Amino acid sequence: MRILSKLVLLAALIAATPAAFAQSGGNAKIDVEKPYARATPAGAMSGAAYMTLANETQTADRLTGASSEVAAKVQIHEMKVVNGVMKMREVAGGLAIPAGGSVALKPGSYHVMLMGLKKPLVAGQSFPLTLTFAKAGNISVTVPVEAMGATSGNGGMSGMSGMQQDKSGGMGKMEMK
Amino acid sequence: MQARHWIITAAAGVGGFAVAALLIALTITSQQSGQAGIASIGGPFKLVDDTGKPVSDKTLAGKPYAIYFGYTYCPEVCPTTLFDLTRWIKKLGSDADKLNYVFVTVDPERDTPKLMHSYLSSFDKHIRGLTGTPAQIAKITGEYRVYYKKIPTSDGSYVMDHSSMIYLMDAEEKFDTIIAYQENDASAVAKLKSLASAPTS
Repeated sequence: MRILSKLVLLAALIAATPAAFAQSGGNAKIDVEKPYARATPAGAMSGAAYMTLANETQTADRLTGASSEVAAKVQIHEMKVVNGVMKMREVAGGLAIPAGGSVALKPGSYHVMLMGLKKPLVAGQSFPLTLTFAKAGNISVTVPVEAMGATSGNGGMSGMSGMQQDKSGGMGKMEMK
Repeated sequence: MQARHWIITAAAGVGGFAVAALLIALTITSQQSGQAGIASIGGPFKLVDDTGKPVSDKTLAGKPYAIYFGYTYCPEVCPTTLFDLTRWIKKLGSDADKLNYVFVTVDPERDTPKLMHSYLSSFDKHIRGLTGTPAQIAKITGEYRVYYKKIPTSDGSYVMDHSSMIYLMDAEEKFDTIIAYQENDASAVAKLKSLASAPTS
C-alpha cells in the first residue's frame, strides 16, 4: 500500500506539473499572445517575429531585449513607411508596455528583429525565443513560423488557413530547398 | 553622379515628402499628357545580375519593366514586396513574359550576386537581382530618384532606410507609374497588365 500510495502521489505530481507550470505562466506579469514569425527567403540573414504583449499588472514594464538560438542578435525594432520611404529603427531604451495595457508587435510597426539568422525560418517549423522585460524578467516562448506574408499567428503548428496555404503555394520552391 | 545622388538624398531628407510628392506629380502629369512615360526617372546604368552577368539599361530596353530597390537583410518590406510581386506575376499569366522584373540592392556591400541569387530562388523566377559597386548603386538610385540611407544598429551592424515603391518603366525606359508598398492586388495587376500591353512607339 505504501508503495502504491507513493506511486499515486508521484503520478499526481507528474500530472500536476504541467498545470502548475501553466499556472505560473498565467501569473507572469506579461502575457505573450499569438507569437509568430514569417518564413524567410533562402539565404536571408534577417527575419521578424510578431506577437501581442499584454501587461496584466498595474505597473508599467519594458521589453528591453530578446535572444534566440536561431539568430546571432535579436533586437526590438520599429518599422514605418513614411512618404514612400521604409524606415526602421531600433527601439531606444526598450518597448514600453503600459500598466494594464498591451502592445501589438505586427507588420508595419514594432517587431522582434532576428539578425544573423543561422538558417532560414521555414513555414510549419518553430523556434524558441526568450524575451527580456525590465520587471517581468525573462519569458520564453515558442514561435511558430507562418507563410511568407502571413499577418497573424495561427496559434499552433497546424490548422493553416486556406489563405495562408494559398500564399505559401507560391513559395513551394523555397520549402523544397 | 555622386554629387547628384547626395543632393537628391539631402533633398529627400530635408523635404520630407518631396520624393513622394514628385512621384505623384509625375504620375498625374503622365496620365494627363497621355504620354507613355516621363524622362526624368530612370537612366543609364551598369550593374551585374545575380548570376554575375553584366547588365545595363540597354539589356532591359525593348521590354517594359518593373524595378524595385531594396536589400536582402530587410526583414519585412522587401520580402513582402517580392512575395506580392510573385503573386502578381502569377496573376499576369501569359502576359508575365512581356515584362522584365528587377530587384536592385541598395546594400551592395552585403548583397553579393550569390546571396541575391539564393534569396531570389524563393520568389518568381522572372525576378532578376542586380548589384554592383557602391558607386554604381549610387548612380542608379540617383537616376531613379531612390532614397536610401544606412542606419547603424547598436551591435555595430546596420539597416537601410529606402524607398519602398516599385517603379514601372516602359520599353523605352520611360517612367510609367509606381506601385506603392502593399498596393492591392487588383490595382497592381491592372498596372502591370496595362504596361505589358502598351504599344511601343
